Amino acid sequence: MSLTIQPAPIRKVLNVRATPQRAFEIFTVGFDRWWPKTHHIGTSPLKKAVIEPNVGGRWYGLHEDGSESLWGDVLAWEPPARLVLAWRINGEWRYDPALLTTVEVRFMGLDSGETRVEFEHRDLDRFGDSDTANKTRESMGGGWGKILDSFQSVVNG
Amino acid sequence: MANLKAFAALADPTRRTVFERLRSGPRSVGELAETLPVTRPAVSQHLKVLKDAGLVIDRADGTHRVYRIDPKGLGQLRAWLDKFWDVALEAFKAEVERDATEDRDR
Repeated sequence: MSLTIQPAPIRKVLNVRATPQRAFEIFTVGFDRWWPKTHHIGTSPLKKAVIEPNVGGRWYGLHEDGSESLWGDVLAWEPPARLVLAWRINGEWRYDPALLTTVEVRFMGLDSGETRVEFEHRDLDRFGDSDTANKTRESMGGGWGKILDSFQSVVNG
Repeated sequence: MANLKAFAALADPTRRTVFERLRSGPRSVGELAETLPVTRPAVSQHLKVLKDAGLVIDRADGTHRVYRIDPKGLGQLRAWLDKFWDVALEAFKAEVERDATEDRDR
């Protein structure tokens, strides 16, 4: 017997009181201004969270000890309407270049002057891809830091 | 939280291997131990952690127990991310609107 597990995408819709231009800019260039500092995968505290402003740009954390931790990269950069990011952090909280889950954010101007933000994190079934996990383990040999404590404090807090 | 437990449970490489073996179908402790470089008691211990984390379920089959992946378990990983993005997007909204307010006041 074989099990296929396909979690549904995570979808969020929110309206923000700002133009699409401003919302896009703060989501991306201003990423560090809102990203919770407790959410990272480094071994040292997060100093700055960055989304580089171009296709292929890196999505990463810069840590207090000077180290960097990659989270993924920019797949589509279409200001002010659309941003697509590759989330490559696996279920062990490690960067896995072979893992591709997709985060897509759309910004739509409304007549009210607000912006409707449609968020989707999809391809979540790939978190369970054993081939990816195995390949990653072989290529990296393990040893990356874990971040469960910091995540836990946020979720429980 | 159960879904955090699930992430923690999978952070151990051997445990993740045990979990992955179950992706191809239900297995007993003995069957798992045969294909892994760890002892039977160690496999049992890993299965216990996976079970506590809601990732696998077990049932008695004659004299031994058979383990399989709990489909709702990966659902828990998803639930964790779902909550995680709620927190992050709420912070995003607050920042966008704080920024807009400051502009207006300037």
